[in-house]
Amino acid sequence: MSRKSQVLSFKKEVIRVATSDFRPLLSLNLFVMQTSQELIPHLFRTEYSKITAVLAKLFGFEHIEIAEDIASDTFLLAAETWGIKGLPDNPVAWLYTVAKNRAKDHLKHLNIFTGKVTIGLQQASSGFHEIEIDLSDKNIQDSQLQMMFAICNPLIPAEAQIGLSLRILCGFGIEEIADAFLTNKETINKRLYRAKEKLRYEKVKIEFPAPSEINKRLETVLTTLYLLFNEGYYSQSQNITLRKDLCFEAMRLNYLLIENKSTSKPAAYALLSLMCFHASRFEARINQKGEMVLYEEQDTRLWNRELILQGEFFLNKSAKGDEVSKYHLEAAIAYWHTNKQDSQEKWDNILQLYNKLLIIEYSPVAALNRTYALSRATSKAAAIPEAGKLKLTSNHLYYSLLGYLYTDIDNDTAIGHLETALMLAKSDKDKAMILKSINKIKPGRD
Amino acid sequence: MKEFILLFRSAPSDGPQLTPEQLKDVSRPWQDWIGSIAAQQKLANIGARLGFEGATVKADVVTDGPYAEIKEILLGYIVVKTGTLEEAIELSKGCPALSMGGNVEVRDIVQMNS
Repeated sequence: MSRKSQVLSFKKEVIRVATSDFRPLLSLNLFVMQTSQELIPHLFRTEYSKITAVLAKLFGFEHIEIAEDIASDTFLLAAETWGIKGLPDNPVAWLYTVAKNRAKDHLKHLNIFTGKVTIGLQQASSGFHEIEIDLSDKNIQDSQLQMMFAICNPLIPAEAQIGLSLRILCGFGIEEIADAFLTNKETINKRLYRAKEKLRYEKVKIEFPAPSEINKRLETVLTTLYLLFNEGYYSQSQNITLRKDLCFEAMRLNYLLIENKSTSKPAAYALLSLMCFHASRFEARINQKGEMVLYEEQDTRLWNRELILQGEFFLNKSAKGDEVSKYHLEAAIAYWHTNKQDSQEKWDNILQLYNKLLIIEYSPVAALNRTYALSRATSKAAAIPEAGKLKLTSNHLYYSLLGYLYTDIDNDTAIGHLETALMLAKSDKDKAMILKSINKIKPGRD
Repeated sequence: MKEFILLFRSAPSDGPQLTPEQLKDVSRPWQDWIGSIAAQQKLANIGARLGFEGATVKADVVTDGPYAEIKEILLGYIVVKTGTLEEAIELSKGCPALSMGGNVEVRDIVQMNS
């Protein structure tokens, strides 16, 4: 199996995560992958973060590097051993056993020479030989969730939260993270190091927040997952596989939240619903040349129906209680976009949702989208004065919107705005899109 | 940036109760107006819509209802943040109360020092 099809089957499996019966599928995938070269990268993605989370929970956040080292060592040993002896019957169980033994050895070693780590241990009183390293599904899930709360901490910058999540919760390599952030390994290493130091210094614990605090802490976790998803969805990175991986990882982590009773809050369902709707358009929004395809021009046959249905399912689940978060509103907007057919009802609803979204939280993108929705619900002429009030004069999207609104009303003005947009746009992708709009108005030019 | 409260008043309507569908039609211009202010990043506080249950209390007498002696009642308020009074006045020109024959009072908010 090629790396591509392997990634693809991984993708399918993550999509299944959003349905209830993904476990049987997981083992099916393992069954298909028969050689260690195929299996190890796959298992690394799924198991590295689990082992790290459980061990870090046991050792305490201050010893997280030890947990990461043991997890890495386990995979190194797997690569060596499986290559020679062939695959064990149950590769996952094999990894867990090795990780457990390594962890116990490490504790024994430390206990003899320094007695240091045991102080940090939760079960310190019982001594290392009785320590149970619990790699049951339940403890893995709990540890991963608790790790999520430890990492998604407002004490460290959002970028560092995303970076640490990718490393510790998703098993991403430093190079991949650097790629996603369009920077180099050194920068990422420094960023992660500083973030870990800060969390250690603040004595952050790997634990569930108190029930009275859960909503507030969950807000930070959801924000990080939202940013992680957007990093993949809107990134300028040319690596499309990596961008999709970021999105699916955000979805997987979000799914962990809704699987747990104390974190399956309406806002968590709403965010997952939003991600499903967006992800449903993956194949349609980027063409074979890697260029963005505008919503209006997308081939709806490429939209993933299954993800749309899941989005609807989670949106319904999110409708419990009175809380209307920005994720509810964004998911509802995305829901209306799953039907490309234009109708007055559609645009009226989208406009009202943007009104509400802006009332909860202003953002330039929401302001621009609201004005676009207004033009669709009423007319371009009616939206022009509203657009003028936004005054987002350093934003190329603002001039692109003005260009769109003036098209067919006053084409010279439209071209003027689009040329300003072209001047302000930074990425080649954006510039190409704007040029396309200009050329559409000037049919003579090419 | 200064904060201004926009108080909107209009004659009380004593027409029949509105159906949910009609209510939606009535609230839409309000949503659009407030959404437009929010889109300009000038909304400080969504404020509130006022109901019809109430009384007016004076030193010696309590009168039923919010509108004993005046033709216009307070419908509600929002708070905006703008650089100048003129900007706040400009925003209030889109208030749906105006097309109902009502008016908007714009007042600056003075922060209380404790």
